[in-house]
Amino acid sequence: MGKVVVVTSGKGGVGKTTSTAALGTALAQSGQKAVVVDFDVGLRNLDLVMGAERRVVFDLINVIQGVAKLPQALIRDKHIDKLWLLPASQTRDKDSLTEQGVAKVIRDLRARFDWVICDSPAGIERGATLAMQFADAAIIVTNPEVSSVRDSDRIIGLLDSKTEKAEKGEQIEKHVLVTRYDARRAARGEMLTIEDVLGILSTPLLGIIPESEEILRASNLGSPITASNPSSTPARAYVAAARRLKGENVPMAISDGKRRLIDRLFGRRAA
Amino acid sequence: MSMFRLFKRRGSAPVARERLQILLAHERSARGKPDLLATLQEEILALVARHISVEDDNVQIKMDRGDTVSTLEIDIEIPNSKGFLVARA
Repeated sequence: MGKVVVVTSGKGGVGKTTSTAALGTALAQSGQKAVVVDFDVGLRNLDLVMGAERRVVFDLINVIQGVAKLPQALIRDKHIDKLWLLPASQTRDKDSLTEQGVAKVIRDLRARFDWVICDSPAGIERGATLAMQFADAAIIVTNPEVSSVRDSDRIIGLLDSKTEKAEKGEQIEKHVLVTRYDARRAARGEMLTIEDVLGILSTPLLGIIPESEEILRASNLGSPITASNPSSTPARAYVAAARRLKGENVPMAISDGKRRLIDRLFGRRAA
Repeated sequence: MSMFRLFKRRGSAPVARERLQILLAHERSARGKPDLLATLQEEILALVARHISVEDDNVQIKMDRGDTVSTLEIDIEIPNSKGFLVARA
């Protein structure tokens, strides 16, 4: 039985889709069978970030409504062996998602994959609540910025009250993934630090993804960062986060924003 | 002067942290409970309506949430026989 993970945030534009793609890819690259599922019905983008936009035939709504069988809607990644995508519908709206329909799709995916990574839409409406409903674990993507942290706090409240696990009196596993982090600005007191964010949200840290130009390049190319540029700093941060998700103990290798003397001498940037 | 200011300037991140801490303390305590503001508005209006008829449009509510003290201000326009009398709750 696979593990179902929802990637959520409340606020839009913080990096949910980028993180879903990178983590799903990293898990598949480590040899585990992974599927990334787009729950953003009507505004799908995971297909584009995964570079599969021209191969979408059927989608999540088709599967829920019985128009297509699950294997027909799953798109296999062209380069990474154990990676699949289940796209969202672009033409329907979120009302096409039914609780029973989502429950069945998740159950079927759980039986077929080691990891089911669900990309939640922004907001706290139906699409977002259904994306988290049947999850075993949640990754709360947070930027070190006030509105993102506030919305993450709201989402954590929903995860603890509205999910199937919460309703059964169990705890949903929660992790914060801080994205777009600039250690140098944080060290200068211009940006919330990791400690600030974790202190406010009181939720364990899954990883720190530094602000990087490489992220835009990866989405331009339609190839998740862990595949297109595995040696880059953000890719290594995503790989480490994926390993922690698997339960491995990987130390947080984050620069504290102070450049090492040797780097300073050669004009290299931290992070 | 500008050099002096540069060193004196405090980062904005501590301000962000404090604002979030205050805000989230309020939002968390209100979570799951009915909206206090809405409840107060409803009950006060119901009370006033028992005695006189009040238009919803003639009610203004202001709330200011602070660290230790919050204030709630309710203005209700109550029609009297001659015109309008403004009451403050």
